[in-house]
Amino acid sequence: MTVEAREARQPFILLSPALVSVLLLLIVPLCFIVVYSFWLRTATGADQVGFYLDNWREALSDAFYRDILLNTLKIAAITTAVCAVMGYPAAYVIARSRGNKALLLLLLMLPFWISYIIRTMSWINILGASGAVNSLLMTLGITDEPIRMLYNEASVILGLVHFLLPFMILNIYVSLEGIDTTLEDAACSLGATRWRTFLEVTLPLSLPGLAAGGLLAFVLAAGTYITPIVLGGPTDAMFANLVFEAIITQLDWPLGSALSLMLLAVLGALVLLYNHFLGMGQLMKGLS
Amino acid sequence: MGWTLLRGWTALVYLFMFLPIAVVVLLSFNASQFGSFPMTGVSLRWFGELAQNEAILRAFRTSIVLGALTAVISTTIGVLASLALVRYRVPGRNAISTLLIAPILVPEVVLAVALLLFLNALSINKSFGLLLAGHVIFTLPFVILVVQARLVGIRRDVEEAAMSLGASPVQTFFQITLPLLAPAVFAGMLFAFTISFDDITGTLFWKPGGVETVPTQIFAMLRNSISPEINALGTVMIFLTAGLPLLGIALARRLALQRGG
Repeated sequence: MTVEAREARQPFILLSPALVSVLLLLIVPLCFIVVYSFWLRTATGADQVGFYLDNWREALSDAFYRDILLNTLKIAAITTAVCAVMGYPAAYVIARSRGNKALLLLLLMLPFWISYIIRTMSWINILGASGAVNSLLMTLGITDEPIRMLYNEASVILGLVHFLLPFMILNIYVSLEGIDTTLEDAACSLGATRWRTFLEVTLPLSLPGLAAGGLLAFVLAAGTYITPIVLGGPTDAMFANLVFEAIITQLDWPLGSALSLMLLAVLGALVLLYNHFLGMGQLMKGLS
Repeated sequence: MGWTLLRGWTALVYLFMFLPIAVVVLLSFNASQFGSFPMTGVSLRWFGELAQNEAILRAFRTSIVLGALTAVISTTIGVLASLALVRYRVPGRNAISTLLIAPILVPEVVLAVALLLFLNALSINKSFGLLLAGHVIFTLPFVILVVQARLVGIRRDVEEAAMSLGASPVQTFFQITLPLLAPAVFAGMLFAFTISFDDITGTLFWKPGGVETVPTQIFAMLRNSISPEINALGTVMIFLTAGLPLLGIALARRLALQRGG
């Protein structure tokens, strides 16, 4: 073998464990559930191999699934919007502060290391019948009975915002940090007010970060499974809950496969759209 | 005026992020047998109960072993892949990068279902191995992102100098590249460990019956009600999963200072 041929092979030897893992543990399994979604769950509990459209017909036409899918997307959209509104000013302050930037960033990273299930359940301590808020309100005599604030759509969204806000802030921060501040100075020196400078220079230049944060927040929110169980009421199931029900509880794997693929298709379309307009580069920047 | 307003808003955002966590820690010292307000006194009782709880201790052992194995495997695979992507001209580099990052972009539930069903079709039943494979594929993209970012910053000349002095590529890697890369390898391992330790969605799909990790154990306990014991467990988790990386950062910084002189 020539030296060139050996050199050309080297990177692939280094890449092969990663590529084999992704192929074997992600790509092939994904192809496999496509096949599985056309099988049929029979009354005896065995899966019938073949090409049946029943699962897809059920997943696509049943209003029950459609409503929960739409509701899931709605919750994800509200969560993303709230994260953006809450997070943008904070990201701006971090990016433009001089003294305590390192501390602010470290504090922003901390929630990533605090368990998701703990962060989710912590809201029960705050909003529950004998939680911090009700306890305070009753001590102050503002209310005699605990106000019901948990186990509804709003508390699910609150939990999701709490979980996803650091992702959003970090992504916006990264793109704000990449803006050449002399551009802002130039706008100011040309007579633009600070607000106008922000609207016409800073904000447009930071949109890629906002979009990356938004995409992450939306995809993660739409795929969520734990938050609606812990903070939602009986009717607040999201799409991932349906998938879990079908797969783990009912053992209807073909239907579960079809439902999983439906979720993947909707969110995948969004990722592709994002990739088409903005490219994956921005997302990589925000993630690392 | 505007700046003050912005800072006030930011302070509120940080308060929003940390207040619920602070309350978990506060309530874990509650003397009352309810995990809620009003507090009736300060007590370490619930930490004591925790140390006696066999199920929780078992979950801790499972999580630690799983996290450590995930970290080692995922980081090894990730470092090799990052080396190839940064140091070699790879045809189809962008496509390969995207492929390696894909596990982040696929909703975890879908990834969980796909892997579970596929391995089951191969007659591989739910096992610790499936759990480990799932955690590795899930943490790999994060490791690759962290290691790649650092590797780009390591100048190639140093490696080339070593090679021109007669070191083999393997020697160069272990004596030059790896020591320079150590902070990122360490960060990648910590990252993989904490992600694995924290994972719940995939774990619920992959775990064999009777096996619990700390998050699934907490999740199971939450089904009943929130008890002071859960808050105590939460406090332990907060100090473990946030404290360890903080300690790691402090150590890395001290090492860097010593080495840098």
